[in-house]
Amino acid sequence: MASPLDPHAAIVTEAGGIDAPLTTADGQPLHRALARASRRARWRAFLLVAPLLAFILLTFVMPIGQMLYRSVHNDGFSANMPQISAWFAETEPGTTPDEAAFAALANDIQASAEARSVGIVGTRINYELPGTRSLFTSTGRKLRDGVEPPYREAMLEIDRKWGDPELWASMRNSSTAYTDSFYLASLDRTRDVNGDIVQVNENRRVYIMLFMRTLWLSALVTFMTFLLGFPIAHLLAVLPLRKSNLLMILVLLPFWTSLLVRTTSWMVLLQQQGVVNDLLIWLGVIDNAGRLKMMYNQIGTIIAMTHILLPFMILPLYSVMRTINPSYVRAARSLGATSWTAFRRIYFPQTLPGLGAGALLVFILAVGYYITPALVGGASGQLISNMIAEHMTGTLNWSMAAALAAILLGGVLILYWIYDRLVGIDNLKLG
Amino acid sequence: MALPTYATPLERTWHWAYLAICTLIFIFLIAPILIIIPLSFNTEPYFTFTPEMLSLDPDGFSMRWYDSLMTFGMARPEAPRDASWFADMWANAKWVNAAKNSIIIGVFSTVLATVLGTLAALGLSRPEMPFRRLIMAILISPMIVPLIITATGLFFFYSSACLPQNSWLSSIFAPFLSNSGCLANTYLGVILAHATLGIPFVIITVTATLVGFDQSLNRAAASLGANPRTTFFRVTMPLILPGVISGALFAFVTSFDEVVAVLFIAGPDQQTIPRQMWNGIREQISPAILAIATLLVIFSIALLATVELLRRRSERIRGLSPG
Repeated sequence: MASPLDPHAAIVTEAGGIDAPLTTADGQPLHRALARASRRARWRAFLLVAPLLAFILLTFVMPIGQMLYRSVHNDGFSANMPQISAWFAETEPGTTPDEAAFAALANDIQASAEARSVGIVGTRINYELPGTRSLFTSTGRKLRDGVEPPYREAMLEIDRKWGDPELWASMRNSSTAYTDSFYLASLDRTRDVNGDIVQVNENRRVYIMLFMRTLWLSALVTFMTFLLGFPIAHLLAVLPLRKSNLLMILVLLPFWTSLLVRTTSWMVLLQQQGVVNDLLIWLGVIDNAGRLKMMYNQIGTIIAMTHILLPFMILPLYSVMRTINPSYVRAARSLGATSWTAFRRIYFPQTLPGLGAGALLVFILAVGYYITPALVGGASGQLISNMIAEHMTGTLNWSMAAALAAILLGGVLILYWIYDRLVGIDNLKLG
Repeated sequence: MALPTYATPLERTWHWAYLAICTLIFIFLIAPILIIIPLSFNTEPYFTFTPEMLSLDPDGFSMRWYDSLMTFGMARPEAPRDASWFADMWANAKWVNAAKNSIIIGVFSTVLATVLGTLAALGLSRPEMPFRRLIMAILISPMIVPLIITATGLFFFYSSACLPQNSWLSSIFAPFLSNSGCLANTYLGVILAHATLGIPFVIITVTATLVGFDQSLNRAAASLGANPRTTFFRVTMPLILPGVISGALFAFVTSFDEVVAVLFIAGPDQQTIPRQMWNGIREQISPAILAIATLLVIFSIALLATVELLRRRSERIRGLSPG
């Protein structure tokens, strides 16, 4: 503490009159009182946020947690087929099913058919091996009359498919409640007879292609918004405030207009009997027979998504360009740079923060797009979100939807983290 | 932006070409929204300009699609338009019911999002807030996470998180829940979901307003004897009100425009305008869609004007910009 050689310490000690820590009026040590006051201030700030945090945890974080749980947990087979699941747990992958296995299988299907849950079991195996649901239900019907040993022969007599090693591999994959098989399926992978991870049949490989298409289309849309947004943002930034505020309305109006309205307008404009085709014919660019097909394919998705996401690129670019000092470019010109060099070497690098923010935001929003591809995408313009919706409402394979959603969520959260790192969420602006 | 006097001919050409490109991009931005307005007055059930429309013949224009917005779904659309016709429309017309649902859900979710979001923004703007960055990231995430993922999660949550039948809790909440005591297919479920989606917008706009907020004003009020409540309502609130209102408008528009969550968690009783449009686009697309779209465009123009006025007022009273 205060050594006698330290003149300042000596002065403080003398001024205090005593060799004790500073205290408040009611005699508490000052540092403790300060710590308490700041703790109280922290609590007060936190209490203001707490209701919303609780609300978001309940209505947003928990539902997503539940979805993630569903992507690794499906007890449709294991809960209704306990004996054969136990046999799978005891044996190594690749073991040829013996008489005990067939006995367990027959008893399980019989019990499950009586409990009317054999459909659930069949549906679960159907996810792994399409076309097997009816095998379970029909076998269940036959087994309700009773079954005699030897079980192997009895089962094979009901249906020869029961000897199929691939079916046994599928049942093994489903025999635990917690499973990675939906994630494997999301990556077009499955476990074969020996328990090794292999690619699925070529005609069933769709998901990786869809993920790649989603990434590719999002990148393309991001690039298009950059191409169209950059000149606009530059113009708005260099015009006098009064004029640029007026033109800004043209950017903000699409931003405020309903997404469905904008998608509808593009459907109306782009269809084969629509305004764009009529205009092109009137201009003589195409003839009546050569009407362009711009909808229900990727072109429609790209055009509509570019239009919808363009404001998200323009706004951050604009707010950065506003702050760029024009005298740097003038200095470059006066030192002999051509206008192109001055733009490339001086102006453009200064816009990169805004460009990064805009591009990340557009890409994040594009990756998860659902409505526009669903309405104007046709077959070739479908993205991964549409596949999630298809599994939710069409095939009812909810675990698969959850696994695909979890992978998409992981990607988006990584991008979100990068965005927070580079741009900061506080700098997100809305018009 | 004027060209400098020393510009070369090449630069002049580029300058005019640049302005032309910008004009084209502005047309790309705005034309698709404006073009549906005249098309919605089409007499024919087409999505393109008929020759009569192009020659500005009054016969080429009609209000039939606006009329169909009222009559679609009515029990007796052909009846004379007296009081009973209007009662029929009010009770049965699909678009009218969708508008009612959209407004009910929009208003309640906006109130919820605005109250919770403003409180949280006040807390987040205090320098002593712990874990500020992490909490902010969590609260903004409903805007970033793809809607389809949120809707999927809510679907699982709403169909599994049910109150047990005949408990005292379910007797209190019964009017807000479905017959099986769940949130699926209920107004409450949609309102909670839309409030969640609107909250990020409220937080962003209110914290942006609070950036220029002078904390010493609060201390001054306190030193003059005002209690925290008086300080909030007499000093803080009037200053951040423009931000709060534009946040509320954003939240309302988010709810008013939202269709994915509605598709997944709402029942036939909670059909909103976007849901009805979704049906219309996917099934029997008719220019009636353009009529409702036109009404929505006019609605968004009004909202945009309000938000712009509020923003300017907010900047003026906080002294950020002159005039």
